Amino acid sequence: MLIYERESKGRSARAQYQPEQEITDLPAHCLRNERAGLPEVSELQVVRHYTNLSRKNFSIDGEFYPLGSCTMKYNPRGAHKAASIPGFLNRHPLAPERYSQGVLSCLYELQEYLKDITGMKAVSLTPMAGAQGEFAGVAMIRAYHNANNDFERTEILIPSAAHGTNPATGVMCGYKVREVDVTKDGDVDIDALKAAVGPQTAGLMMTNPSTCGVFERKVEEIAQIIHEAGGLLYYDGANLNAILGKVKPGDMGFDVLHMNLHKTFATPHGGGGPGSGPVGVGPRLEPFIPTPVVGKRSQNDADYYYWVDEKEIPGTIGNLSAFMGNAGILLRAYAYARLLGREGMHRVGEYATLNANYMARRLEQAGFQLAYSSRRATHEFIVTLSREARELGVNAMDFAKRLLDYGYHAPTTYFPLLIPECLLIEPTETESREEIDGFVDAMAMILREAKECPETVKGAPVTMPVKRLDDVKAARNLDLAWRES
Amino acid sequence: MPFVPHTLEDERAMFETIGVDSIESLFDEIPKKLRAGVLQDVPEGISEMELLRLMNERARQDEVDLCFIGAGAYEHHVPAAIWDLVGRGEFLTAYTPYQAEASQGLLQVIYEYQTMMSRLTAMEVSNASVYEGASALAEAVLMAVRANKKSKSRKVLCAGNVHPRYISTCRNIVTNQDIAVETVGWDDATGLVPPESFETWTGEDIAALVISWPNFFGGLDEVDRLTDWAHEQGALVIGVVNPMALSLLTPPGEWGQTGADIVVGEAQPLGIPLASGGPYLGLMCCKQAIVRQMPGRIIGRTEDLDGKEGFALTLQAREQHIRRAKATSNICTNQGLLVTAATIYMSLMGDAGMRAVASQSHNGMTRLLKRLTDIDGVTLRFQGPVFHEAAIRLPLPAVEVLTQMASEGILGGFDLGEVDESLSDCMLTNVTETKTDEDLDKFVRSLRRAVEG
Repeated sequence: MLIYERESKGRSARAQYQPEQEITDLPAHCLRNERAGLPEVSELQVVRHYTNLSRKNFSIDGEFYPLGSCTMKYNPRGAHKAASIPGFLNRHPLAPERYSQGVLSCLYELQEYLKDITGMKAVSLTPMAGAQGEFAGVAMIRAYHNANNDFERTEILIPSAAHGTNPATGVMCGYKVREVDVTKDGDVDIDALKAAVGPQTAGLMMTNPSTCGVFERKVEEIAQIIHEAGGLLYYDGANLNAILGKVKPGDMGFDVLHMNLHKTFATPHGGGGPGSGPVGVGPRLEPFIPTPVVGKRSQNDADYYYWVDEKEIPGTIGNLSAFMGNAGILLRAYAYARLLGREGMHRVGEYATLNANYMARRLEQAGFQLAYSSRRATHEFIVTLSREARELGVNAMDFAKRLLDYGYHAPTTYFPLLIPECLLIEPTETESREEIDGFVDAMAMILREAKECPETVKGAPVTMPVKRLDDVKAARNLDLAWRES
Repeated sequence: MPFVPHTLEDERAMFETIGVDSIESLFDEIPKKLRAGVLQDVPEGISEMELLRLMNERARQDEVDLCFIGAGAYEHHVPAAIWDLVGRGEFLTAYTPYQAEASQGLLQVIYEYQTMMSRLTAMEVSNASVYEGASALAEAVLMAVRANKKSKSRKVLCAGNVHPRYISTCRNIVTNQDIAVETVGWDDATGLVPPESFETWTGEDIAALVISWPNFFGGLDEVDRLTDWAHEQGALVIGVVNPMALSLLTPPGEWGQTGADIVVGEAQPLGIPLASGGPYLGLMCCKQAIVRQMPGRIIGRTEDLDGKEGFALTLQAREQHIRRAKATSNICTNQGLLVTAATIYMSLMGDAGMRAVASQSHNGMTRLLKRLTDIDGVTLRFQGPVFHEAAIRLPLPAVEVLTQMASEGILGGFDLGEVDESLSDCMLTNVTETKTDEDLDKFVRSLRRAVEG
């Protein structure tokens, strides 16, 4: 039932406002003639309606959520609370620096931590999500080539396993995108890369560990090939959780990267956002970094934090939003970093990897086929259900839907595109052995059901508020806003 | 170990299952020389209690008594229920609703949001939101160039009184695709873009015209005439709006003969705290005819196998995870949590509440302006009505006045000299329903001291 279907004309949440005042000084043609048509409901109706809607949702707080490549780990409540302190919430984005030293000091320190963690020379916190970080990174690559009067570089190379945002970003930055094949072991095909690279290559965008759930073993050779051709190397930080504290992208030869703080730094995903996608750069791209960044100088024998803008960074690709980005998310990430500390940071990659390898092995023992069984899993791994689809007529989507009935959020399905009938599974370091065992047991049960009563699996889910939805109807008879019938 | 639940027994059992003797062996595919040493610049971990003490101390440094800065982010009352509800783990820690059956709550919230936002703007459809207002304008410009089948142009005209950071953000993003954003100057007396000044471009092929409502200076342009002129040229109209104002002011869907084609704006005023600039909420609406060119998530109402009502992501063939290089945008997220906040805000306030807030904000601004102009040398910079924000001319550089006022705990406005040197004696000041008459008195006394010494 929609909030609109609960309304009664004339009802309202009157504690929230004083009466409307008459407007006498605006010309009539500027004024709205008819009410917009927002709901007319009481405050309790609103609270009850949205409380009940919240219950129709899987979430990390409620369920194991092993969505591959999304790093759905515990979002510490302490970090949420720290960022929700009134002094932070009430600060206007354009408040003078003198009255902003609290938030600026946190952001400055976060920049320093991220530089250390990634091995980069400079960090800008301003991109508002991973995809905007990608945009900033590739826009800097373009700015770099332009500054060198090198206008022949029209192409961005991307391994075929990459996230869809990578090719879409290349196009947003005005590049042609060329995909490079991946070998059957999950590494980039070096011969294919050598054949694709040339004077037209602006750069390569790469995720490492890749979306195949394996570490790219030849990353140094790849860096050399791209650099020798005059291109730059972009690190997509989607999978940074796997190597946090273990390997620094800067040491692998990357010139620029983005991080997904809503993954690696445990800030809440919020049902699809907000995210936060800071970028880090090596020396070559430092002159182009997006503004603003936070600087520090000594003033009256104390640290003074200030905004660094285009006056100090004349080559910058500029601002990417009206203000400085998702400060509230950055504060959560800062709080998370302080809670973890140096030692905790090293453990993230270690235990994320331990959990994934354990889970992969247990699923293999339960009769499932791993896509890269000869490789170490990183923080995630792929199960392929093509045999089950072929022999039992039960596919990856059916497994995913049936998992919901067992109380587990489904892994990522049908991605990466190059593995048929796949589930991309990422348990994260914050899950316990019992939780992982429970998921494996559920998968084993579903496999048994698939053999004995496949209709049960194909008809799943049956315990959710709705059964499988008609996506074709949704796209054909577009109903994107409610109208009174 | 913070947030890692493993006991020694767990580790032992897990090693045995995997067939290794240590965690280190799990990293044996990574070349040795790439392994990181100790993270020198990350401090030792602290407890939650220590963290909250530290953060409280830092947040306290940033507190001020009164803030009259607007310039794209506005202080409104945020009903208590909103963030209690939004803070529920089921909303806070869910992700993009890829598994629709397990995400019906969030999907319905977004569908309700789309309904409310399309009604507020009087547009046919809304998407599930984008990051914030300025980057939303960039997405709208890219969309307009794709959607305008009558035009081959990669040029977009933009009223010069659109928020300057919106214009720069837009340029920083769209110039990579060789799209030019040309600004049209504002009139020195009114701060408005005069419709006559568009004659220069009459007959020229232009993809779209961008208009702001209200404009950056708080003023109200002739949106009807501008919209009709643009449509006569075959250009699409992109409206940049403050959704709070739309409860009172003509919605963009009703501008001119046929209304704006794409509408974007910052929905922060709808229940979202100032929070240093984000996370905020970019609203984006359009006419149904061009919905397939819209970026971002869109939720549709449909049915399940039993014919029961349900909600799902739809028109996904526009998006990066399906279309890759041919997608409408690289955008992946919406602002789900902020959508939830704005939806609850609009439900609580209804039309009556939003009109109350908007009218009190407007009348408060009007009262303040009347009192200010009693001070010698203080005048309104531009003639004409404003919504809830205005440029005030001072007898001194604005930065000096604002610094003096800030020392008394009052952030008096935004120094317009920061965006236009010719306005360095002006501040942009905003009043909302949160300011009492006593607050306005404090402002006036403080400004008088700053100006008269």
